[in-house]
Amino acid sequence: MTPVQIVFLLCAALILAAALMVVTTRNLIHAALWLVAALFGVAVLYAILDASFLAVVQVVVYIGAIAILFIFAVMLTRREMRDRGPQLRRDWWLAALLALLVFAGLAFLLVTQPGVNRTAAAMPQGLDTLGKLGTALVSPEAYVLPFEVASILLLAALVGAVYVAASKK
Amino acid sequence: MSIPLSWYLVLSAALFSIGLFGVLSRKNAIAILLGVELMLNAVNINLVAFWRYLDPAQMAGQVFAIIVFAVAAAEVAVGLALIISVYRRRKTVIADEIDLMKW
Amino acid sequence: MATETIIWLLPLPPLLAFFVIVLFTNKHKALSHSLAIGAAGLSWLGSMLVFVRALGVHEFGKEVFESAINWLPTGNTWLKIGVLIDPLSAATLFFVAWTVLMIFVYSVGYHNFGQPQGDHDRAGLPPHGATITDEKGHKHAVPSIEPMYSRFFAFIGLFACGMYTLVISNNLLTLFVGWEIMGLCSYLLIGFWYGKESARNAAIKAFMTTRVGDVFMLLGIAFLYSATGTLSFREIFQPEVLHALAATATPFFGLSAAGFIGLLLFIGTVGKSAQWPLHVWLPDAMEGPTPVSAMIHAATMVSAGVYMIIRMFPLISAGWEPGMPLNPTMSVIAFIGAFTALFAATIAVAQNDIKRVLAYSTISQLGFMVAALGIGAYVAAAFHLVAHAFFKALLFLGSGSVIHGMEHGVLHTGDHSVDPQNMFNMGGLRKKMPITFWTFLIGGFALSGFPVLTAGFWSKDEILADAFGNGHWAIFATLAFAAFLTAFYTMRQITLTFLGEPRTKEAEHAQETRWTMTLPLVVLAVFAVGYGWVGIPEHFPLIGGILPNWFHEFVGGTLAEVPEAAPFSVWPLLTSLCVALGGLFFGWLVYRKVKSPQQDFLQIPLLKNKWYFDEAYDFLFVRPAYWISETFTYMFMDRTVIDGVLHTLGRFALWLGSFLRNYFDKPFINEFIADGTGNIVKKAGSSLRRIQVGRVQAYMLASLAVIVVLAAVYYLLIVS
Repeated sequence: MTPVQIVFLLCAALILAAALMVVTTRNLIHAALWLVAALFGVAVLYAILDASFLAVVQVVVYIGAIAILFIFAVMLTRREMRDRGPQLRRDWWLAALLALLVFAGLAFLLVTQPGVNRTAAAMPQGLDTLGKLGTALVSPEAYVLPFEVASILLLAALVGAVYVAASKK
Repeated sequence: MSIPLSWYLVLSAALFSIGLFGVLSRKNAIAILLGVELMLNAVNINLVAFWRYLDPAQMAGQVFAIIVFAVAAAEVAVGLALIISVYRRRKTVIADEIDLMKW
Repeated sequence: MATETIIWLLPLPPLLAFFVIVLFTNKHKALSHSLAIGAAGLSWLGSMLVFVRALGVHEFGKEVFESAINWLPTGNTWLKIGVLIDPLSAATLFFVAWTVLMIFVYSVGYHNFGQPQGDHDRAGLPPHGATITDEKGHKHAVPSIEPMYSRFFAFIGLFACGMYTLVISNNLLTLFVGWEIMGLCSYLLIGFWYGKESARNAAIKAFMTTRVGDVFMLLGIAFLYSATGTLSFREIFQPEVLHALAATATPFFGLSAAGFIGLLLFIGTVGKSAQWPLHVWLPDAMEGPTPVSAMIHAATMVSAGVYMIIRMFPLISAGWEPGMPLNPTMSVIAFIGAFTALFAATIAVAQNDIKRVLAYSTISQLGFMVAALGIGAYVAAAFHLVAHAFFKALLFLGSGSVIHGMEHGVLHTGDHSVDPQNMFNMGGLRKKMPITFWTFLIGGFALSGFPVLTAGFWSKDEILADAFGNGHWAIFATLAFAAFLTAFYTMRQITLTFLGEPRTKEAEHAQETRWTMTLPLVVLAVFAVGYGWVGIPEHFPLIGGILPNWFHEFVGGTLAEVPEAAPFSVWPLLTSLCVALGGLFFGWLVYRKVKSPQQDFLQIPLLKNKWYFDEAYDFLFVRPAYWISETFTYMFMDRTVIDGVLHTLGRFALWLGSFLRNYFDKPFINEFIADGTGNIVKKAGSSLRRIQVGRVQAYMLASLAVIVVLAAVYYLLIVS
């Protein structure tokens, strides 16, 4: 067991535990905070995977924006929504069963693929992942179009969210 | 790196399943969105793991993950806006009570 | 014109008269009777021409007038039909032509031509008299003209055509055609006054009874045709053919083919000529007008029966030679003839209606002729046939004249309850109706066989002589007794009708009838007297030999060999004289004192009711026939069985229909399939719609479950 593996396992345990808490806890604020914890764990995972940019983006965007957005939304609707009664629907067991089956199926499929147990090769020397990522995002031969479209999507979402949530006076 | 790829894949499958469970079984609409976020994160882990283990020289994995980020953000924004709008009308955020499109 | 052509044309004028009257001149009485009498006259002229020419032919029996045409193709040969005048048919033609013409002329007067139309006369009923007012204002009832005057002449025209056809034909087929035409016309004429129920019944009775005879005759014709392949007389009477027929045996009663065919044909004669047992129709046929009675029952139709059997004599007597005992067929014929002669005579003595007496007399005289033929007296039978036609026609027409006179009396007194035909209402008519009286007397004497002067004597005597001479004692005795009764009832009739004093007012006011009625009487009386002299036997004492027995030679020549006359014996002659004169005397003696039926000792119920044969036939045949048709065929077979089957089928169909409707169509097809599918879809829809809960998570759960299942199925079952 290499140190990296131990780190990975700890990280995985954190992620999964935090995720479970997200989906089961009564208090929504707690759920949002547990989500933050899970996202942190994912960021660590990115770092292990040599995707350092993504780790940072994860923290900044996911935690810093999205999770915060969640917390704002929860807090704004909290008064009228005293967490009363159980937070899970009546047929949560069916959902659990199905989720379990999905997990089992996916795990089985993924694990039985040939060559899935390989370990990662070393990163190529002199690979500037960040530079290449930047170039890929804006290079016409690469992914500038999806990038721009994603921008417009964000614009649309922004405008839409503002419009939908604006109170009509 | 000595971590087999399969570990990442199983982890993402588990995270995906937990998120699925949350989507299917939580009453509160916001909690459902939390589950969706977990599922998206699981997808991202998968993407990045594959990028790293198969061909790190190809940026497609990371680019895809970034686009997923953007989409997740947009979706959360719009989703929460919708929930607030529905809440204003129906005075509830419990998904089961928003069932007008029924028989 | 060639004789054969004339012969072919003989039946034509009356037939044309029939068609023209029926189609065109029905409303014009004078035109109709003129057409009819003209036609009868034409045929009479033609017949006389043929007869005279026949007389001129030497050995006419061999050199006959014959003409035939091919008619039906039958395999390699033809069935021929044609005409034949040989001596027998020439003699028959003679009397047929005369009597038919006389009757036609008589009918003009009988149906009161020239009289006004009746007050209440209706077509279908006898005329009842008209009231005329003379210049002084007195009302008189006078006889009225027959409403269906033209129709009568049309019918007797058709009848005459039938008789001529029968006489001139050279084969059994056209003979049968003429036979049946006369049968039809007898039906039409007996039922002429169809408004009377008795007339209708009598017509049906006549037709039915003669039909019974006709069926057997047709069987005989068919048998004959199948045995010999021909129906022409001259071909059948070839010696080889006759010999073959006589030699062939049949499974019936041990008769030979010739005998059996002869017997079957004879049954036709029994029907047509009213012999016992098929005699019942003839007395009832008196319902028809008197000219009809004269025509049908004296001159033509009943004579046709005897003519046919005389014609077929060679067949009947095939294998028989004079002197031999009679063969079975001839025995049967002789027996029936003799029996009928006596039987009918016994009934005639008890009848009160003037025409009934004559009807039974006809039956009896026909019995004489049939018996004569049965014993092989060919010429005697033919002789009597011709003589009888003349004097019986005379008697019938005379009785019609008497009835007319009586009806005049009835109209005068106005008392219609008096029956003008009942002899007991008459009396003393010799003074009122002299011509009728004298001609009737001549006819009656001829019928009785008054010696020497009348034709009846010669013909009857010949029959008795033949019977005696060939040793047929039973037949001789029977016929002699019948002859006695004949004379007796004839004199009874004359005495009651003409002699003595009128017994009723109606008889007092009777008057002689017009010339159209009395002239035929006179003509026929001449023949009734004179005809006998052409057949005087050669060995007759005193007179025999003065005139040759022309008739014997002439008619006897029809046969292959002229039959020998019976040797003369005094006994039959004496017997004839005794029975004739004795019967006449006794009849006059008894009945000149009898004034009413109560004094008439012969009114025995058995005789008055005709030996109850009508009742017996009614019981044996008529009622069962009615029963079969009404009860068996109609009620049972038709209504119960056939209608029952149909109704059952109908009910079954209805039941099946309602069963299918109620148990299959409505519950299964309608409710289950038609409504059912709709209901199922509705129920399914309203059940399944509950899936649309509106809750997103429920939808997701459901779709995820399905995906998981499908994925499992795919990966576990298909891929591995």
